[in-house]
Amino acid sequence: MAANGDHNPLTQFEVKSIVDASIGGFDISFTNASAFMVLVVIGVTLFVGGGVRRPAMVPGRWQSMVEMAYEFIGKMLYDSAGVEGRRYFPFVFTLFMFVLFANLIGMIPYSFTVTSHIIVTFALAALVFVGVTVIGIAKNGLKFLKLFAPSGVHWGMLLLLVPIEILSYMIRPITLSVRLFANMMAGHTIMKVVAGFVVPLGLFGIAPIAFLVALTGLEIIVAVLQAYVFAVLTCIYLNDALHPAH
Amino acid sequence: MDAEAAKLIGAGLACSALIGAGIGIGNIFGSFLQGALRNPSAADGERGTMFIGFALAEATGLFGLLIAFIILFL
Repeated sequence: MAANGDHNPLTQFEVKSIVDASIGGFDISFTNASAFMVLVVIGVTLFVGGGVRRPAMVPGRWQSMVEMAYEFIGKMLYDSAGVEGRRYFPFVFTLFMFVLFANLIGMIPYSFTVTSHIIVTFALAALVFVGVTVIGIAKNGLKFLKLFAPSGVHWGMLLLLVPIEILSYMIRPITLSVRLFANMMAGHTIMKVVAGFVVPLGLFGIAPIAFLVALTGLEIIVAVLQAYVFAVLTCIYLNDALHPAH
Repeated sequence: MDAEAAKLIGAGLACSALIGAGIGIGNIFGSFLQGALRNPSAADGERGTMFIGFALAEATGLFGLLIAFIILFL
């Protein structure tokens, strides 16, 4: 990269330590990433808790926003995982709200995007993957393995299909985490790169500014969309675990 | 050719994943519009599916970008 110092579009992803600490050789410093994660949790708690603090029969603006989010996720879960999926609503709702708030708080200038770090998204995706696998085995026992063998297929074809199905199952945590992480990181990098054109172009800098405004809108859409996609894919995986025979 | 130049060329080549993403995203919105204009009453119900498709297609392009970043910075 030709850019240096503060103008490097990647400096925004730097993890800086606020309070240094370490236990037994492990670095457990309180970093800006941890600070923003705490902020995300506080934000979600205030949003949901504040909305239902004084519940009214006819909801106000705040309460109806919370109810919309609740119903949106509830409907999505019901559509993709059926009645049995209802038990896992708290998990999916928490996941969606966390990713959504992390993405949206990251859109505030000079803030830090928690989800633009692969380790965060990979931890979330690994949690989903392990959880779904455990649920699938606990619910269905050995029948869970039917997930890898589509019914009504000739056995010769199965020799080819089963490895592919297993591979596509194993790669899920990677695709799930990389999708969110790459979207967030690429979006923020592009915004910084375009912003770097503004001052050098002088009067013509108005063009990148206009583009930047449109890009900010797109990034906010992407932030909401990626939270939605993350939740939807979790629901689909949950459905696979609950009803493995397809 | 020294390794640094090869790295830069490789990173540039990795961005060709965006060709596929571009075709995919164009295809999704084009097909959606085509269907929506033929049957506007059914369009609203499929908007969510379209956006999932858009997000998935966009993500494949970003995988390529990710490879470019890995080549450049790791």
